[in-house]
Parts: sequence; structure tokens; C-alpha cells
Amino acid sequence: MGIEGIGARVARKEDKRFITGLGRYVDDMVVPGMKHAVFVRSPHAHAEIVSIDVSAAQAMPGVIGVLTGKELKADGIGNLICGWMIHSKDGTPMKMGAWSPLAVGKVRYVGDAVVVVVADTKGQARDAAEAVQIEYKELPSVTDASKAMDAGQPQIHPEAENNLIFDWEIGNGDETAAAFTKAAHVVKIDLINNRLIPNAMEPRAALGVYDKAEDHYTCWTTSQNPHVARLVMSAFYNIAPENKLRVIAPDVGGGFGSKIYIYPEEIVCLWASKKTGVPVKWAADRTESFLCDAHGRDHHTHAEMAFDKDHKILGFKVGMQVNLGAYMSLFSSVTPTYLCATLLSGQYNIPAIHANVKAIYTNTAPVDAYRGAGRPETTFVVERMMEVAARQFGMSPVELRRKNFIREFPHQTPVILMYDAGDYDASLDAALKASDYAGFPARKEAAKAKGKLRGIGLSCYIEACGIAPSAAVGSLGAGVGLWESAEVRVNAVGTIEVLTGSHSHGQGHETTFAQLVNSRFGVPLDSVSIVHGDTDKVQMGMGTYGSRSGAVGMSAIAKALDKVEAKAKKIAAHLMEADEGDIVIENGELKVAGTDKKVPWFQLALAAYTAHNLPAGMEPGLKETAFYDPSNFTFPAGCYVCEVEIDPETGVTEIVQFVAADDFGNIINPMIVEGQVHGGIAQGVGQALLEGAVYDAGGQLLTASYMDYTMPRASDLPSFQVSTSNTPCPSNPLGIKGCGEAGAIGSPPAVINAITDALGHEDLVMPATPLKVWNALRKH
Amino acid sequence: MSDVSLVVNGKSVSATVEDRTLLVQFLRENLGLTGTHVGCDTSQCGACVVHVDGKAVKSCTILAAQASGSEIVTIEGLANGADLHPVQIAFKENHGLQCGFCTPGMIMAATDMIARHPGGLDEKTVRAELEGNICRCTGYHNIVKAILAASEVMAKGGAGSAKAA
Amino acid sequence: MYSVNYHRASSVAEAATLLKSGDAKALSGGMTLLPAMKTRLAAPSDVVDIARIGELKGIKVSGRTVTIGAATTHAEVASSAELKKTAPAVAELAGMIGDPHVRHRGTIGGSVANNDPAADYPSALLALGATVVTNSREIAADDFFTGLFETALEDGEIITAIRFEAPEKAAYEKFRNPASRYAIAGVFVARTGSGVRVAVTGAGENGVFRQGDMEAALAKNFAASAVEGISVSADGLMSDIHASSEYRANLVKVMAKRAVAKAG
Repeated sequence: MGIEGIGARVARKEDKRFITGLGRYVDDMVVPGMKHAVFVRSPHAHAEIVSIDVSAAQAMPGVIGVLTGKELKADGIGNLICGWMIHSKDGTPMKMGAWSPLAVGKVRYVGDAVVVVVADTKGQARDAAEAVQIEYKELPSVTDASKAMDAGQPQIHPEAENNLIFDWEIGNGDETAAAFTKAAHVVKIDLINNRLIPNAMEPRAALGVYDKAEDHYTCWTTSQNPHVARLVMSAFYNIAPENKLRVIAPDVGGGFGSKIYIYPEEIVCLWASKKTGVPVKWAADRTESFLCDAHGRDHHTHAEMAFDKDHKILGFKVGMQVNLGAYMSLFSSVTPTYLCATLLSGQYNIPAIHANVKAIYTNTAPVDAYRGAGRPETTFVVERMMEVAARQFGMSPVELRRKNFIREFPHQTPVILMYDAGDYDASLDAALKASDYAGFPARKEAAKAKGKLRGIGLSCYIEACGIAPSAAVGSLGAGVGLWESAEVRVNAVGTIEVLTGSHSHGQGHETTFAQLVNSRFGVPLDSVSIVHGDTDKVQMGMGTYGSRSGAVGMSAIAKALDKVEAKAKKIAAHLMEADEGDIVIENGELKVAGTDKKVPWFQLALAAYTAHNLPAGMEPGLKETAFYDPSNFTFPAGCYVCEVEIDPETGVTEIVQFVAADDFGNIINPMIVEGQVHGGIAQGVGQALLEGAVYDAGGQLLTASYMDYTMPRASDLPSFQVSTSNTPCPSNPLGIKGCGEAGAIGSPPAVINAITDALGHEDLVMPATPLKVWNALRKH
Repeated sequence: MSDVSLVVNGKSVSATVEDRTLLVQFLRENLGLTGTHVGCDTSQCGACVVHVDGKAVKSCTILAAQASGSEIVTIEGLANGADLHPVQIAFKENHGLQCGFCTPGMIMAATDMIARHPGGLDEKTVRAELEGNICRCTGYHNIVKAILAASEVMAKGGAGSAKAA
Repeated sequence: MYSVNYHRASSVAEAATLLKSGDAKALSGGMTLLPAMKTRLAAPSDVVDIARIGELKGIKVSGRTVTIGAATTHAEVASSAELKKTAPAVAELAGMIGDPHVRHRGTIGGSVANNDPAADYPSALLALGATVVTNSREIAADDFFTGLFETALEDGEIITAIRFEAPEKAAYEKFRNPASRYAIAGVFVARTGSGVRVAVTGAGENGVFRQGDMEAALAKNFAASAVEGISVSADGLMSDIHASSEYRANLVKVMAKRAVAKAG
């Protein structure tokens, strides 16, 4: 691996700026003449806008502009879009209502943007925002998706009758029904996957700058995918053609999915910049993040599994009611469908599967992909089911899982996906050993002696990531291809710039991507720069989400490096009068195998640019571009074991042990991979124990600050025991599967399985707060 | 308006600002020290922690005018002329940061914590002491490791430790 | 935050004068007032900074009498060697408030004057039978806390110190709101020459209160087992998404037991 290459535990190159306070986030940006925007938002969950009077606000000190949706529409700014078409089982397309960046006519959730105020200072803008007079006529509202389709509920968008956006299915209903007729056992569960609020520590922000001289816009934004933002803002929101719009996502303080989407605020900042003639910056305060960032999860699920007399699975049927909030966010339609139900086979041989997903409008914030995006929801269903079934059968949950594991690859599931590689026994064995699973009964007894209830829970997850083959996703409704791009520029002195369409907002690409280059050409990490996040610098790319930057983004780089290597070898062969096939690259030198002839890398690079002695007909320079389109998803999988102790007097659950054994295929930097797993687990444990968005009956968000939304703190978590095994991914050149989401996907069922084990019953809804656990202890 | 005079990272600065100006705004907007971040509105996340007269304080919950006359150290001045403070080194070596947004506050809290525990730290104490600092990326695992490592280095008088408090 | 006029007072007398202007509020550590002003829930016309007034600072122990200056920070109370010796439960309580950064700024006077129903100090003052000393009089804790965020303080009156007799035995236990980390139920138990007091914060609809049944039982037998048989009513206790009133009632009992056990 070398000390800086693939597999090395290299400290991150990007850290220096972050630990010295020199990171550059959007809200750190200052441009000459910059002014500040504050949004006036709906205080109501559902209301008609009767009138808007901005005159008093307009007259306030420092105010430059007070703009409404009417003006925005008059300027031709488009509605927000959902980028993935889903068809209902009856063949009709999803029923999408309009989402204007500034509300026109009606507001549909608390936080809906209505008016923007631009002023010299943020304080002045906020003062003026309070002076905007908006008369509303309140309408009845609904926040619970399981009730929103009932008769008599308010109609949120005229397009979606009974608030039903789509009624979609996957799998084979007839075969599944037949499987249930043959069943010796049927296990049924009802689950709620609690609604989460992403809470990247950097609140979203945008800075829009219109340059009149060039008729050109620049948008600094907290985005995970600046090129997609530019494409969508150009093609659908009519801001400007792509060549007249530069999008820059500089250092971004965490995303977890919530910064994939193009939100009203960046569109409005760009438009308002032209309208007012000044650069306009908006930075969310945390309450705005709570109210308006796309939320995650919020599924109600009923699931039934059929087993034969030997406890082998025969069939699985699942019905999900999914809350998409008041508007369809960019990937809201694919998250609960193709990113979710396609994983219902879990790690198991299941001959027949059928799932029905109903997506529903409510008067709540839009819901979209949040770390894991559909896969945590599915994993929760599958792994709660396996645990509950084992308990009902009086079997070890380990044995039931082993009895049904998939062991032959490739494996075609009944729900589209073809698993390409894996060894589920290996991660299960590793997790059982690391957690001393066999020693649990003794620990449970010891806990009992202290007056504590101890429980242990497993979760054997699988996910599909590295999204995704473009033709495949296109056939399923995607509005974009999901390839990635790379450009490798070797400079004349041998240093290298890699331009990537992936975006790093904590993942450490500046280090791991450079490690790949180091492995190939022996160039020190300090001589490799990773360039990303700026549409003026980097060719079109698709960004970072779905654990795709390693598997897809780095594969694109590998492909570009192949081309660079091929040309470098041609030049080296020519310079050393050797056969191209005999050239090898070792330790930063191009050598003729079996001889002492060699050319150092920097000399080769110089030769490519001086072009004094190149092979006949060869173009000067050493720079190559590649677009990589994956041929399959990747399938990270693993086994998590959680052990808890409950204080029956208070209902407090302490996680006393958390073990993660993952198979991510090949790993570039184990230190960074472990960090991704730690963070994912913390978010999964957060979902299971602490976090949950709560709307009251009137549609007010009760958990709109850290006073009421429980973020995991250091004292809520243990240190984690993490390890990896490796079945390399066969579908990409680096054998990488991806590791960004696994922790958040695998951990919630492990935690809840542990708590329900301790409780002795299954009647518990996430998050398992002390109150809920205390109530659960009294109920049974 | 208030006249505010401070010593920030060893340099005297003064300005006349609106009375409602928070210290964090003064640092970021008047002095351009954008390493100190704002992550919440309720004084909980700790992204804004700086040292005021040698003590860790949330700069989002103190008016610049209240701080006037004090000595402030921000993340930009922590190393005090050295390349990096031992806590900064420990965060890098132990991968105690990912997106970097909570990191300045974490590091300022960690140096304060280490200074207040000259007898050393254990994992439980570190986790309890991080009550006022929220991280969404790391699950705290490597932050805790980094602080414990820095605490040991500084107890042994490692590079820069004299400047820690 | 709305516009506000900031004044820094150098003496209690000056502060009292400044507090007479407009809708002025005293600003000590600001750990509650500033967040409320930032979210525009509080909008004083003026704030009078009393945190640097020398006469309001410091901890004095004279025999068994403890006097803590109003502008003494939680961190100073928590780390006071004298207090740890004389009234360790109070030092420990101060070390459990908020987080280290909050404790560096927040003060005992500010906390007491604000009387947040989830604040910690009111329970200690009530259980200790403490005296709230102001620039114009002395008020018994029993008469001081009059309701949610309500106290016996008159307009312009400034707390200068908190005084109490060190208890024979005392301890504080609290159950934190998982999100805000404020008390959902905090119980301060104290045994003094004049009997046993049990004061509860975080739970009551009207703020801090005394639990009479427990006091009676503990007066007979100062042991955790004495609390065991007492049933705490959920009536009059707060209910929210984090804790129902029944759950709070349970926590009051559990925290009381643990506090008594800790007091030894």
C-alpha cells in the first residue's frame, strides 16, 4: 500500500485549515456591496394568503428590497421540481403540486417562505421582516400521513386527490400471496420509522451575486452537488443558462442528504440580487433549519413474513405509508421507492416479495433523503421482523438469520437488485465474537443483580449504494444519469490536479482521492490537489450522496488515471526506446521491466509538455478526462450488535456496547472509513433513542430547536468497536462498495432489538426516550 | 452604540458597534475572524466557543460590549505563534473532525477542559465535559480520543503545552 | 435581537439608578436573558450589566454561614474549596448547571432572579431556607419564589447575595431533559437544625415547590427507604413531549431517593 497509498491510515490533508479556523464556508464569504436577506415565513400550517403589504417594511432603515412571490412569478422564475418520476400501480404518473420558491396564493406548512427582505444588515432585515403585513385565512391542516388520506381531511394540492401522490408497488403480488397460503408460520409487525431532522452543524446558506456587466450570476451555496444545482436552476428555475451561472460549494459543514436539494432560498438570493442590484446573502438560523431543511424518514409500515415449518422464509409483504410533507422535494419520490423497497430481501433468500408504497402530502416540511435514504427504513422493517420472528419461534435470532442467509452470488432478488458479492456469515461471526455474544446471559444476570435490565440486539443489514447505472435508473424514472466525471491534469513539473464532480463536505476526499493517485504514480500526497465544488473549474459532475464518491467518483478518477498512464507509458517507451508493454511504474519512476532504464515521473511530465521528443503524431500535454457510469449498484453489508442496560426506575437506556462489523469491499483509508461508521452509528442511535420531529395537531413544529430536538451528545454514546471484512466489489475497478451511510442504516434495529429484548415485549416506538421506555415498562 | 475595546489573539482592537452586537458577530464581521462559527440560536451547540479572559465561553451568548476590556483567544490565535497547538495536532492525528464546522468550538472547549483538569482526564469525564458542544459527523468517538491524547501529551509538557491555558 | 441600550454599572447604586430607565433589565451572566433576546422573546429597552461589580462577587464562609455574591459564576461556586468543605451539595449543584461554558458566565444571582421553573438553584435556596439579600432588604427563600419566572423582587431591586446556614446533610439529584438538559425533575434535600426540607424544581407547574410528605417522612428517618412508601401525585406537575406529569411524579420520587442516599 505504501505509506500514502491505498489502504494507508493517512491523516487528512484538509484538516489544517479546519483546525486553525481557516475553513471557508458560505457564511464566511464577503463580497463588496453584499447585503443580507431574511425570509418572512408562514406561521400557519395551511392558509390562504389574502393580502401582503410590504410598504411599512420597505420604509424601515437599511431596507433595499422587499420582494414577494408575485414579483418572482412575473419574472418567470419556475417552480421547484422533483427529479424522479414514479408511476402508480395503475400506470398514472405521480401527482405533483406546485412549489413556488416564494408562496403564491397559499401556504402549506409552517416555515413556507412568503416574502424576502434585503437590507444592509441582518438585524435590519429581521426588523423589517416583522413589519411585513400578511393577512392569512387559516385552513384546516393535517400532519399525520396515516390520516391525511381519510375523507374530510384538507386537500393540500388540487393535483393530488385525497393527498395521495402515488400508490406504487414492486415485486410480485400473486407469487407472494401464494407463498402465504403455504406458510406454516406468519409473523406480523407494525412499525413507525420516526421523522428526523438532519441537522448538519453548518446551517444552510446562499450568496447570490448578479454581475450586470456580464449578465452573469454566481451562487455560493451549501450544496453536496453544485453541478446538479446549476443544471436544475438553469433548466427549471430559469435563473440563467448554465454558461451564465456559476455555482460554488466551498467548504460545506456536513450534509447527510439535506444539502442535495435546491431550496427556495438560493433561487431567491440569485433572483433578488438582480432585482435589487446588490449581492444578497442569506444564512439560516437553526430554527429555520429545523423548519425548512428537508426532513427524513416518517414511514408507517405494516409487514408480514411467511415461513415454512423449518423457519425458512417463503414470502414477504409490506405496506408503507410515507409522509412527503407539503411539497415534493428533489428526490422525495425515489427515496421511499427504489431506494427503499428494493432492499426488502435483506441478507436473506426470500422467494417472493411484494411491497406497496403510498406517498402522501401533509402540512409539514418536505421530506427527502437523509443519510441512508430509504435503506434505514427498509432495514428497520427486515431486521425487526427477523428478531420478532425468532422470538416468536423461540429460536436464537442468530440461527434464524443463518438459516436464511444468501450464500451464492450473484443473487437476483425478487425486487430488482442483483447482489454481486458478500459473505454475511463472516460479518455475523466477527460481530458475535467482538461482542462476546455467547457471554451475554452472564452479563444479563449481573445487570439484574444491580437492578438493571440488560438486552442485546442484532441487525444484519445490506444496502445498495454507489448509485447508480444511468440506463437502469433512467428506466425507473430518474431525470438524470448517475455517472461521475474526473479530469486528471498532470502539470509540467509532475504535480497533479484532479478535478472531480464529487463534493466533499466532511468525507475527506482531498486525502483519499490523492491516495489513489499516489498508489498509481507514486506522487507524494502534497503534490496532488483535489479540485471540487466549483462549476467554473470542474467539468459536469453529479456530486456526493448515496455513498457514491468512492465507488463512482473514484472509479472515474481511476479511469482517467488509466488514460494518463497509457499515454505516459507511450512517452516513456519512446524516450527509453523500449516496448510500451515493458514499461512499469514504481515509486514515482517509469521503468523498463528487467532493466535499469528509468525516467522519473516529473521528467516524463516535462517531456509531455516540452514536446521536443514525443512519439510521431502524439499531441503534447498530459491531461485526461473520464466519465464513469457504474454497471451495477454496490452492496455494502454487515452485522451490528447493540447491548443496552435500562434503569427501570427512570427508563433511561444506556448503550453499554456497540459492535459494527462491516464489509465495504476494498478500503482506501481505514481511519476515514472508521470515522464514517462512527458518525453513521451516532445518527442511527440518535434515531433509535433520542431524535424525533414532533408536530402538534395544528401543524406547529414542537421540536424546532435544540431545546426540544434531542441531538446525540458525547455522553449519550459509547466508544464503538468497529471492524471490517472484505469481499471486493466486482463491478467497479477499485473494488469499493461505499461506507458513508452504513452506520445509520444498520444501527436503529440493533438498538431497538436490544431494548425490546430487555423489556420482554415489542411494544415500543422510536425514539426510545426515557419517557417511552418507562411507559413501556409499565404497560406489560 | 457601544465602544468596544478588546485584545483579540494578542492584538488590541476597538470599534463602535450597535449595542446588540454579539461577540461572535464582532469577531466574524468586524475582525473577519470567521473560524468561530454559529450553529444554533439557543446557546447549545458550542460551535462559537472562544476563550474570554482564559475561560471557554459561548461567544453567541455575550454582547461584544459585555466583553469589552477582556482578552479573547479564538481558534485563529490558539497556537499563539507556534505552528499548531497540541490539541489541534491531536484532532488531526486522531481524525477528530470531518466537516470541520464544530471543530473550532470543540478545540477551544478541549483546551479549556484540559486546563481545568491538570490531573488528567478519563473518557467519562471528557464525554460529560462535552455537554455544550454538538458534533453531527464523528459520533464523538475520535473527538474523545483526540482530547485524551492531547491531555496526555500536554501533561508530559509536549510542544506548545505551556501556552495551553 | 431587537435594538437595546447597553450600560455597564460599576456599583450596585449605579445599577439601581440605571435600572429605573425605560424597560431596563439587569444583565448578569446573560445565560437566560440573552438567548431570550436573541429569539426576540424578550425585548428590554436597556440592559444594565452588573457582572463586573466587585461588591457582588465572591464566596464568604463565616462559621456555618455561607454568603455567595450574586455575580459569582456557577464555575466559581462549583470549584470553591471552602464551599466544597462547608456545603458540598451547593457546589455540586452548581457544577451540574448547563455546560462548562455556560458555567463560566452564568451567575447565582441571575439564576435566582430569573426563577426559570427548570433552573437548579431555586430548589437549593428553598431547601436550605436561604435568604435572598437585595440592595434594599432581605427576603426569605420561602417568600421569594412566587411563580413561573416570578419573584418577590420589585422593579429596580437587585439581588446582591445569597446567604444560608450550611446544612448538616444535603444533596441534589436531577433528571435532565434529554434535549435541553435543563431539569425535568431536580430534587434538593437538606437536613438542618430546623428539620428536613425537600425542594423540587423542573417539575411543578408553578415552579419550585416543597414536597411535604417526604419532608415529614425524612424528618423521622433520614434514609432513602423512608421515601419509598410515599406516593407523589401528578397533579400540578408539568407535562410535555419529554415527560408526562406521571413520569415527572415518578422522577421526583426517584431523584429524592437518590439525593437522600447521596447525602448519606
